[in-house]
Order: sequence, then C-alpha cells, then structure tokens
Amino acid sequence: MTFFRIAGALAAMAIATGAASAQGGAKPTDPQIAHIAYTAGQIDIDAAKQALAKSKNKQIRAFAQDMERDHTAVNKKALALVKKLKVTPEDNDTSKALVKQAKDKRAELAKLNGAAFDKAYIDNEVAYHKTVDGALENTLIPSASNSELKDLLQTGLKIFQGHEQHAEQVAAKVK
Amino acid sequence: MLGALLLALAAGSARAEVIQVKIEKLTNTPAQVTAHVGDTIEWVNADFLAHTATARNGAFDVMIPANGKARIVVKAVGTVDYYCKFHPNMVGKVVVEKK
Repeated sequence: MTFFRIAGALAAMAIATGAASAQGGAKPTDPQIAHIAYTAGQIDIDAAKQALAKSKNKQIRAFAQDMERDHTAVNKKALALVKKLKVTPEDNDTSKALVKQAKDKRAELAKLNGAAFDKAYIDNEVAYHKTVDGALENTLIPSASNSELKDLLQTGLKIFQGHEQHAEQVAAKVK
Repeated sequence: MLGALLLALAAGSARAEVIQVKIEKLTNTPAQVTAHVGDTIEWVNADFLAHTATARNGAFDVMIPANGKARIVVKAVGTVDYYCKFHPNMVGKVVVEKK
C-alpha cells in the first residue's frame, strides 16, 4: 500500500511540476489542459482493458467496465468540445509523464495474476483517481481559460471523485 | 408544470403522482423528495453518463441511462437514502408517507 502512496505522490508531483513547466514555468494552456485531461481518461480506459483481459473477479470486471464506459463517454464529450472550440490538444511534459507512468504500471500489473492482480489493479485505481482529482482541482481547472472547457473539467472532477469512491468500495470488498 | 400541480392539488392524495428528480452534473435535484405509497419517482438524466438510483436499504435499484429516464413505484412508508453505484458521491433521499 505504501508503494502506491509513493507512486501516487510522484504522479501528483509530475502533474504539478509538469503542468507548471508545460510552457516554461507558466500555467498550462487550454490546448495542453485538453491534452492532459484526454490522456488521463485514455490511461484509465487502457487500464480497464487490461483488467478485463486478466481478471476473473466479478466486482473487478464490473468496475473496469464502468471505467471503460465512463471515460469513453467523457473523452467523446471532450473531443466534441475541442472540435467546436477549434482547439487542438497539445502534447506536453505532463501528458508524457502520465503516459510513461501508466506504461510502467501496466507492465508491473502484467506480471501479476489472480487475487494479486485484482488487488494491485484496484489499489492503483484508488491512487490514480486521487492523483487526477488533485490535478484537476489544483491545476487544470484553475488554469483553464475557456468557460466551456472549465465546465467540462468541473464535471470531470465530480466523475473522478465518484470513481475514487467507487474504487475504494471495491478495494474494501476485494481485500 | 403548473397545470400538473393544480391537478395534483385538486385530486388530493387519492391520485398517484409522478415525482421527478432531475440529474445534472452528477447531482440529484431535488436532493430530497416526499412521496406517498403508490407514487412513481422518475429520474430524468441530463448527464452523458449512465447513473443508478440504488437504495441503501435494498428497496430499489434502477439504472438510468445517459440522457434517459427511469422510474420506480414506491411501496413502503419510510425514509430511503439512495446513491449512484457508479458515482457514490451522488446521493438522494426519498421520504415516503402514508397515502
């Protein structure tokens, strides 16, 4: 459990420093924020796909399906919005850090099976959602210029907070 | 809306009502509704995500599709706390009184 807290803290730092340095010390721009938010969602979709490929636990599978469904819907909404606003999502250090971290985590989880995988997956989902919640609240939402983007991010925050609680409930049952 | 209200007032408690709860941005509005046994609670979901209304005491558990609706008929007197299984931070309350 300690490992996940550290990993979560590192990810939080990556988002905080990455977002700050995304444009030489300035706060992230809307194109960068859009890219980060979309990337964060895609990461959870990929994590869910791994869980659905590996887990036989009914509760884990149901949770993973929820993540895939919800994040796909949010990202679809995000894509429609950036298209409407004529904003091109811009890759940045924060997105890159998130992608790298997710890749490492998936490789780690790939080595596990059965109950060990289930526990590691759901514990990571708790940590990951906590991290993204913090990033949304402290960096992405305050930095967003466009009001529609800000609004979608705020809805995204509620969704992520809901996922965090859901993940905590599943983690308690899967112990 | 006013017409429905007048009709409900005129009919008194003899007529079963449909009580609407709107879901928007992961919030049930009104957060608390009062109903009578035999009334219908209808959730109208304006979000692009599916939600549930799941009673903590097991009285009901409905899936409300994205941009969709779902209904239940209240059958027992009492206060029922409910939440969304997918987003447990979404809560509500149904207070059911005698007919």
